[in-house]
Amino acid sequence: MMEIRLKLNGKTITDHIDADLLLIDFVRRHGCLSVKRGCETANCGLCTVLMDGKPVLSCSLLAARADGHEIYTLEGLQQEAEAFVGFIADEGADQCGFCNPGYVMNTIALLRENPNPTDDEIRAYLAGNLCRCSGYEGQLRGIRRFLNSRAEGGSHAE
Amino acid sequence: MQNKNYRSVNHSVRKKDAMQLLLGKPVYTQDVVPDGALVVKLLRSPHANAIIESIDTAVAKKVPGVVDIYTWQDVPATRFAIAGQTYPEPSPYDRLILDRHVRFAGDAVAIIAAENEKAAEKAMKLIKVSYRVLEAVLDLHTALDNPVLVHPEEDWFPPCEVGGDPKRNLVASEVSSSGDVDAVMADCDIVLEHTYHTKAFHQAMMETFCTHTSLDRYGRLHVISSTQIVFHTRRILSRALGIPKSRIRVEKPRIGGGFGAKQTAVCEVYPAFVTMKTGRPAMIVYTREEAQIAGSPRHEMEITVKLGADRDGRIRALDLYTLSNTGAYGEHGPTTVGLSGHKSIPLYTGSLEAHRFAYDVVYTNTQAAGAYRGYGATQGIFAVESMVNELAEKLQMDPTRLRDLNMVREGMIMPAYYDEPANACALDRCMERCREIFGWEEKYPVRDMGNGKVRAAGVAMAMQGSCISNVDVGSADISLTEDGTYTLRIGAADMGTGCDTILAQMLAECMDCSVDHVAVFGADTDASPYDSGSYASSTTYITGKAVEKACTDLKKNICAIGAELLGCTVDETAFEGTCVRCLTSGKTVSLSDIAYKTQVGSHCAAQASATHSSPISPPPFMVGMAEIELDKLTGQVTLLDYMAVVDCGTPINPALARIQAEGGIVQAIGHTLMENITPGTGGKPMEASLMQYKIPTRLDMGHLRVEFEQSYEPTGPFGAKSIGEIVINTPAPAIAHAIYRATGKWYRELPILPERIAMDLAEE
Repeated sequence: MMEIRLKLNGKTITDHIDADLLLIDFVRRHGCLSVKRGCETANCGLCTVLMDGKPVLSCSLLAARADGHEIYTLEGLQQEAEAFVGFIADEGADQCGFCNPGYVMNTIALLRENPNPTDDEIRAYLAGNLCRCSGYEGQLRGIRRFLNSRAEGGSHAE
Repeated sequence: MQNKNYRSVNHSVRKKDAMQLLLGKPVYTQDVVPDGALVVKLLRSPHANAIIESIDTAVAKKVPGVVDIYTWQDVPATRFAIAGQTYPEPSPYDRLILDRHVRFAGDAVAIIAAENEKAAEKAMKLIKVSYRVLEAVLDLHTALDNPVLVHPEEDWFPPCEVGGDPKRNLVASEVSSSGDVDAVMADCDIVLEHTYHTKAFHQAMMETFCTHTSLDRYGRLHVISSTQIVFHTRRILSRALGIPKSRIRVEKPRIGGGFGAKQTAVCEVYPAFVTMKTGRPAMIVYTREEAQIAGSPRHEMEITVKLGADRDGRIRALDLYTLSNTGAYGEHGPTTVGLSGHKSIPLYTGSLEAHRFAYDVVYTNTQAAGAYRGYGATQGIFAVESMVNELAEKLQMDPTRLRDLNMVREGMIMPAYYDEPANACALDRCMERCREIFGWEEKYPVRDMGNGKVRAAGVAMAMQGSCISNVDVGSADISLTEDGTYTLRIGAADMGTGCDTILAQMLAECMDCSVDHVAVFGADTDASPYDSGSYASSTTYITGKAVEKACTDLKKNICAIGAELLGCTVDETAFEGTCVRCLTSGKTVSLSDIAYKTQVGSHCAAQASATHSSPISPPPFMVGMAEIELDKLTGQVTLLDYMAVVDCGTPINPALARIQAEGGIVQAIGHTLMENITPGTGGKPMEASLMQYKIPTRLDMGHLRVEFEQSYEPTGPFGAKSIGEIVINTPAPAIAHAIYRATGKWYRELPILPERIAMDLAEE
């Protein structure tokens, strides 16, 4: 057992953990159930969280490595997500939804880094976020409509 | 009846659960169950065919945290099937919870129940098993009449007669025909014959198989599972565990994708057995590796197509033989194979004079196959559509014009489709429109780009069904709430497709209310009306019709209660969406008042249930066209443009129908160009993770375009047919066609990997 101390969604947490505990299991244990496991090989992107603002795969990161860092999951970024996910809902591209949290987290990271990405930049940035339902086009249309609406100063979809 | 101005259906309404899903709310099996369940893990066989001589769990049981370990000696001796099918199932009862005879590398050997995962995994390593390794049947070609039997046991039991014989490794066999195929074939100007091969592709839904079980407050077995088939699962567990159905409750929360994988009770029986043994909550979650090696993938099929045609391109005879590999267990084996012929041959009803369709389904010592979107039609359509493209190239005819000559058209009776009628068929319009929007005339000619790359195009048609005729049952139970809104209870399972929403749209259309005023509940065997489940493309067509029927009955009840409050006869009343009006006096009573009335001294509920089944299964139709760029040096195929035009009758929710189409096309692009199954040691697939099993990313699918050509199916709700499955059927033959155009070589086996193309081109 070892002690770690980190900020999870803005709250400081101290916990005693096994040295081999993965970050995904740590955050789920702390109520962040949006974080999903789709593979064990860092291929699907479902478990994406932000560590110090950068997207990381929580299935491939030891919780111990998060010691002293700041972790955000979708639970802590609801408002930022709400600004654009309604556009994806309007496309019906949420589908089964299991990949959504990882994909939404990575989209948040993308839009922070590059507020006005091109379609190709969106595809490239989100390439590691697999989705088996939607065929991806609807997700892209949703993000594009959000960007267009924001550019036009329109109100966002609720 | 067509083009009616609907208020709710035929509109792109947001999915009812959309914002919950997009904001990451805890709605899936692993999120909704309480902590503290026993962790259930399975020790799996490393051998493809073996008898367990001895199994010693004594040391493993001593691992701190291990609660118990079960072996074949601990389980009931009743064989059962895990296929989610209507009773009596066509799938043979060929499984035990644990069997002394293990039949594929990955078959369950022992069930470990522990307080935590680490203890379970440590125990797994300490179980000592001594196997008598037997010769295995790994190749579907050598399975039939092989002296090595996958199921030598005497208690193998087929609930339905489907032509199986386990002493021949045969699960099912049939020949059907119409007309004199041999005579017509002999009279044809041109006869072509080729064999096509498709592999055991995975659904690869993002949420793997998972189930939580516990005893509820009445001591009944409560199963929360990621399943498409709550009622079938209850029946399967009842037989497997030997407990009455009345002692079992099965419910599904949100499902992280199914695509048919969860039309089989792949993992439910293991935690259920643990809970019955220990009395404690138990949970199993398959790893991605388990989902890949012991899941429920597509049936590998080898399809031989013989086609006879005139010199002018009239297709006169089709003769199909399908050899299907069901793997070690027979779930969905006898049924998937049928679609390989019954949903490919009828596409050519227009000119066909005779057809024959024969099949054998064989056992092998490989992972058991199951249900996957398309369900055999995908395999058959790859074969038949490729063959028709080969004919077009042979005759040097435009393959779209060749199809114009031969395709099924509205009003025809389809002899190869159980003599069912094509009541609604816009296949001809789909072809016309696809040709136009895709730009077929410009894209079909092969274009050398001058940089080692070639551009070319291909085409394919497809059909599917909208239910299993005379079998599938859908039900809806609707009640009026005190505020004048409705609750719709269903047994169909929304696995992300949006069926909860489209059924609510239908209710809203019938009851003249907002979709927001419909709450949908499902699916739970204790509370939902019976539904065979969400599969066979049936939910829109069958459960949708049940919603429509229930609404008609509900309106009658509401009017009867309204008449009582208004002091008039039912005949004098009219239902007006928010109220009931007495046409004589002009007075109205609100739905809210009517609902409250049912709670005071009432003898009539503002509630109605309806059940529906259909004698026919109206096919949706589709045309797909692919444009590729092929790198002659590396063999890399880049999909540039995929255009699909779909006839699903009336699209109840065009946005969701479009996503279905786009998603299905991308899955099929994966099977065609990148997803592979390579048998490794003991036949175990080497693609045991998403690292090796490459499903398409958003960089792999080019530009997709989907349009709808509406028809109106008179037997469907609001003219609707199905959409969920057909969409996976066109990419393989269309892309294989484009690759032929670019290389001059037909690829008759999927997937068509770059290395195959590059090596073939290098040889030339």
